[in-house]
Amino acid sequence: MTDVLLSLSGLTKAYPGVVANSDVSFDIRPGEVHALLGENGAGKSTLVKTIYGLVRPDAGQMTLRGAAFAPSEPRAARAAGVAMVFQHFSLFDALDVAENIALGMENPPPMRDLAARIRDVSERYGLPLDPSRVVGDLSAGERQRVEIIRCLLQDPKLLIMDEPTSVLTPQEVDILFATLRKLQAEGTAILYISHKLEEIRALCQHATILRLGKVVGTCDPRETSARDMAEMMVGTVLQVPSREAAVAGEVVLALTGLTAPPPRQFGTALCDITVEVRKGEVLGIGGVAGNGQDELLLALSGEMRVGSEMVRLKGQPIGHLPPNARRSRGLLAAPEERMGHAAAPDMSLTENAVLTGVVREDLSDRGFLRWAKARTFAESVIAKFDVRTPGPGSTARSLSGGNLQKFVIGREIMQRPEVLVVNQPTWGVDASAAAFIRQALLDLAEAGAAVIVVSQDLDELMEISDRFAALNGGRLSPPRPAQGLTVEEIGLMLGGAHDMEVAHVDA
Amino acid sequence: MIRLEKRPQPSKVWTWATPVLAVVATMIFGGLMFALLGKDPVLAIRTIFYDPLFGEFSSYSRPQLLVKAGPLILIATGLAMGFRAGIWNIGAEGQYIIGAVFAASVGLAAYPAESVLIFPAMVIAGAVGGTLWAMIPAVLRVKFGTNEILVSLMLVYVAENILAYAALGPLRNPDGMGFPGSRNLSQYPSAANLDLIPGTGMHWGVVAALIAVIFGYILLSRHILGFQIRLAGQAPRAAAFSGVNPGRLVLICMGIAGALAGLAGMFEVAGPAGRISIDFNVGYGFTAIIVAFLGRLHPVGILLAGLLMALTYIGGEVAQLTLGLPVAAIQLFQGMLLFFLLAVDVLTNYSLRWSGREVA
Repeated sequence: MTDVLLSLSGLTKAYPGVVANSDVSFDIRPGEVHALLGENGAGKSTLVKTIYGLVRPDAGQMTLRGAAFAPSEPRAARAAGVAMVFQHFSLFDALDVAENIALGMENPPPMRDLAARIRDVSERYGLPLDPSRVVGDLSAGERQRVEIIRCLLQDPKLLIMDEPTSVLTPQEVDILFATLRKLQAEGTAILYISHKLEEIRALCQHATILRLGKVVGTCDPRETSARDMAEMMVGTVLQVPSREAAVAGEVVLALTGLTAPPPRQFGTALCDITVEVRKGEVLGIGGVAGNGQDELLLALSGEMRVGSEMVRLKGQPIGHLPPNARRSRGLLAAPEERMGHAAAPDMSLTENAVLTGVVREDLSDRGFLRWAKARTFAESVIAKFDVRTPGPGSTARSLSGGNLQKFVIGREIMQRPEVLVVNQPTWGVDASAAAFIRQALLDLAEAGAAVIVVSQDLDELMEISDRFAALNGGRLSPPRPAQGLTVEEIGLMLGGAHDMEVAHVDA
Repeated sequence: MIRLEKRPQPSKVWTWATPVLAVVATMIFGGLMFALLGKDPVLAIRTIFYDPLFGEFSSYSRPQLLVKAGPLILIATGLAMGFRAGIWNIGAEGQYIIGAVFAASVGLAAYPAESVLIFPAMVIAGAVGGTLWAMIPAVLRVKFGTNEILVSLMLVYVAENILAYAALGPLRNPDGMGFPGSRNLSQYPSAANLDLIPGTGMHWGVVAALIAVIFGYILLSRHILGFQIRLAGQAPRAAAFSGVNPGRLVLICMGIAGALAGLAGMFEVAGPAGRISIDFNVGYGFTAIIVAFLGRLHPVGILLAGLLMALTYIGGEVAQLTLGLPVAAIQLFQGMLLFFLLAVDVLTNYSLRWSGREVA
């Protein structure tokens, strides 16, 4: 296994104002799982797009099995045996699995043959999938299998996977890893992009670490600690959020039988959610995307009105109240989608500070806005939360994801909430900003606020939660102390097994 | 190859330069069209843009500028509030008609009594009439989710028939020897909306337009309602998160637009038009949509755009008379203005990049 499958040497790609890749060189061997590690913006995407023929490098060469390799388009890359599974799926909900796969093929065989081949591949690699099912009914994990099988039908020599586990439950991750190991054993090379270091340690034999477009290190993940790899990625010593063990205070927020129809098509109905959150506590809510996270946040922020008794804040029924009435009572929220939901992209940071701060920061006087005061408030958020921006006059969309997220979270924390609900607080945020945000949430809880963190990142939830609950199909499992929970238990909670558990207790 | 690159911030310069560029492009391509029609393009452009202000007969046409710009600015300012919020009321013409009918009804009911209260009562009636007419699409949208574009537009034709009914029936001049149309309100001192300074075209409607511009500016830049209007238009989900009640916003924006359009109708029927007649409405409500966009939905921009649009109207009439240009050519010319404005608008948010070969 000393021969090289794909060799990159001196790859450089510059965009106006930023060098995405600078002199990147490394080799991938047949039958190895090679991890590509780096923060957001480190140049991982540009690099794999170069390999897949979507981006043409400014300088540098690639060789595939010794021959020069410069794909001008993805079709050329696929013909040469390179396949890629993107983080975001490109599937049509209304078509079935076989039709979706046929659409992505150069010369699709007749449907019956294709269905047989799909069954064949899915059995061989342990990816259960029925070719006649409509994609719209599939879970995120099953959709990913469609993409993977689409790639495997081309019999690739190199399979590129971009953050494949971000949408999977732990059990689905296990199935995926089994498939990848089987592929590896057959001699297929896998280039695996992820920021989940424990996964990389479990799966990969080599890791190349990118920072600001350059290769800053290589390692054998099996012999390197996650912490060391993270520090190579970030380039500094990583601050792991920390705090004193919390003493649970009185109940501030109580949800009782919270039930609500989906607010829009393809939404999830909330079903009988009952949970209490205490002062100084962080409640982590996990779950695979689309299981009611957005709807729960809408029901708590006040964008979706529910029965008044279903949500109680300090004993007062508030389920029927609109957002600003809840804010004035101390319940604040930060939704997942930064652009267009938590912030208005084309508005300045000052205006975005007014967006939620007008009530608690007293930014209006008989309906007239106090712009000077709003600007001061925005400036203080920028200063306190280390938001990198020329000033409060910049538009929200000019900020990077991490900086805007720091602004959004900072804007709520600076209003001294009694209860703060955040959805995906570190989604798409680089590691140092994510650590900063988590620490800020922990500090808030330590100062006596109740914090609800909804996230799909289980590592994050285990790191900061006191108690953990899982959303599944709009139902919330009973919360359990986060300390001592095993990955298997979490997986069962995410999979909705808490119902069986209740039945078990009853019996 | 030309590529469009999204700017991180909308360009301040281009926000104001694009209307100028659009006017210049309209002059060039309009001139081209006039040349194809066999007219001297320079003379035609000069007749439209220069003669009404400084030409031989400008003492007649100059006051017309304010008479025509007044209702356009008044209506466009109201429409801009809704457009900013993503509420597409294109039925201002109908609201304008109903405002005029309400106001004329009040004035004619009082005829021939003289009182200082009659004119204010007509002002209120005009605003109420326009508001009520605008509330029909607003309430239907809030309650039943109907499309306000369709409903407000269809109500224009309903309003036109109500106008015809009023002119032929209840509001017909009893001393008019059976001709359709009401008494002339501009000859009824208590109801007349005459020039405040004779010979300038400056009537109460123009004053109202200026006040509306100032209020519109303050509302959008300083008041929480203006903030909510802008927020709802730019990012509806962020608006909901911020606590904006979308239904309430629809009612308020449609109400403001209806009231201002109704006021414009009132000032028109009591002044320049003088009376309710079958052909009372001349399209101000539709032209105001162009004015609103030409003015970048900004009250001060609308003030300038309204004056420019009025100029093309008057200049167009002069060009019809002196050069024999067809009406359709003038309307096409005005349409070009909106077309070019929307086309060059892309420069505000995107910058042009000239580049060689580039993949992805």
